[in-house]
Amino acid sequence: MTDTNDSIVSIRGLTKRYPGTVPVDAVCGIDLTVAKGELFGLLGPNGAGKSTTIGVCTTRTLPTTGTVRIAGLDVVATPARARRHMGVVPQYNTLDRQCTVWENIYFHCRYFGFSSDISRRRTAELLEMFRLTERAKSSVRELSGGLAQRVQIARAIAHEPEVLFLDEPSAGLDPQSRLALWDSIRQLLTRGITVVLTTHYMEEADELCDRVAIIDHGKILVCDTPSNLKQSVGAQKLINLHLRDQNDPALQQSLHALAGIKAVEVKADVLRLFADSLDGLLPKIVEVTGSQLKDISITEASLETVFLKLTGRDLRE
Amino acid sequence: MNNSMLYARAFWGLMLRDLYVLRRDFVAFAVRTLMNPFMFVFVFTYLFPKMGQGFQNARGISFGTLILPGLIAVAIFVQGIMAVALPLSFEIGTTREIDDRVMSPLPVSWVAIEKIIFSAIQSVIAALVVFPLIYFIPVSPVHVHVDSWTVLVFTVILASLASGAMGLMIGTIVKPQHVALMFGIVVVPITFLGCVYYPWAFLQKVRWLQYLVLLNPLVYMSEGLRTALTPETPHMPVWATGIALLLCVGLIGYIGVRGFLNRILS
Repeated sequence: MTDTNDSIVSIRGLTKRYPGTVPVDAVCGIDLTVAKGELFGLLGPNGAGKSTTIGVCTTRTLPTTGTVRIAGLDVVATPARARRHMGVVPQYNTLDRQCTVWENIYFHCRYFGFSSDISRRRTAELLEMFRLTERAKSSVRELSGGLAQRVQIARAIAHEPEVLFLDEPSAGLDPQSRLALWDSIRQLLTRGITVVLTTHYMEEADELCDRVAIIDHGKILVCDTPSNLKQSVGAQKLINLHLRDQNDPALQQSLHALAGIKAVEVKADVLRLFADSLDGLLPKIVEVTGSQLKDISITEASLETVFLKLTGRDLRE
Repeated sequence: MNNSMLYARAFWGLMLRDLYVLRRDFVAFAVRTLMNPFMFVFVFTYLFPKMGQGFQNARGISFGTLILPGLIAVAIFVQGIMAVALPLSFEIGTTREIDDRVMSPLPVSWVAIEKIIFSAIQSVIAALVVFPLIYFIPVSPVHVHVDSWTVLVFTVILASLASGAMGLMIGTIVKPQHVALMFGIVVVPITFLGCVYYPWAFLQKVRWLQYLVLLNPLVYMSEGLRTALTPETPHMPVWATGIALLLCVGLIGYIGVRGFLNRILS
């Protein structure tokens, strides 16, 4: 996607090298554009460069080269002005421990220049919207992980930013809180807020995002809608075979020849078969592999398999 | 909204938050500010003289008069540690709750400067609440005589800003797990060697120490207040304490703000 008036986040040629005795290249040339109203996901394993990219976008990390514009403002040249257009929810709880839930949101409004009256009204609205009114006077130290996350989101959008950055929003949340979080994120979209999130949970990216960029070793490998990405795998099912010798060419040929098998790949200690359906296929595979077969597992095509196909590695590795 | 207006409002917002928290915790603030000077003055200028152990300087200056400026200086200095260094060390290092304030529409260096200024406000309040205590408790009369209110006001303001700057510098350097150690190796020597309980001139019998303590900012706070409040006690010239305090604010403030930026930005 190229820069247009509809883009809210524009990243061009971004690199970030952390100096040190062993310099680390966290981001190695990223180009990305996020359109207004989009829910965009950066998916990748830990250490892929997602948080560094978000760090640059949110003015906390200085890029080595490249430019990032938020609502048309350069984040290095005009960081303070750019911050008015963005909200940030970091992956750790940064709520002000000296203040209550109400005070956290109220003072955030004051930092952004809202008058006392408007700040009070805005705080009341957000507490209502995020079902936190009963907790208004609670100390933030008393909140569970899910509630604290909700307060953080409410606070981050209190100054009415156009784009909200969420860094690993569901890390450490229980499944129920995660679903509630997803609801909150969808609600933001209906209010016209663009959302950019990082995650290493492929279900999260798949379930929530309009577009997903898969990132690894500081580079974007691919960027598209989740359904297009899954289709790019070229099959619905992945059959992983652990064999005594997965490099046996004759065996590979025999498996490839089976009706329904679309492709065969050798990855490390596993032979991977791609198929659209399992109908009647498994007995044939067992018959062909015979005593060579040690173990078999089947997975659905998912963003994880896209990552697997692109890198040969599992997202969790 | 132009930049100046945007920054001014954000700065005011940060100040409001800090003042709000201070107002709510004022009792705790007052107790921690008053306890040390109260105990000191009570034991050394009330209890000791009652027991016949009172100090009296050869020049006829009471111990209460001698230590009044020093104890005010300590009250000012301690706020830098209590109001900035300790909370900042945790806010940056452990809870990262400084993040929301850093993300306000204000240059990050001004978030650090706000810390210095807020600390200075607390220091001035501390000086005001400590003064009556150390003036009225001593058994022997305490002689306070203000020659120049301008010198007094500027000395208190510069000393307060210098202590805030020290607090910022220490808060950005010290990790939360080393806070107790910091008290032992930084705060205690600075206090005991800060010409609090004796004027700097009295150190001439220990020449090496007299020169060494010139590195201690608290010396200039104590001596500056001695000039302003008890001019009959030996004290450094007003220009010397003025320049030294200005340098402390500038240099330590610069190191503190740089340290803050290094901790916040990567």
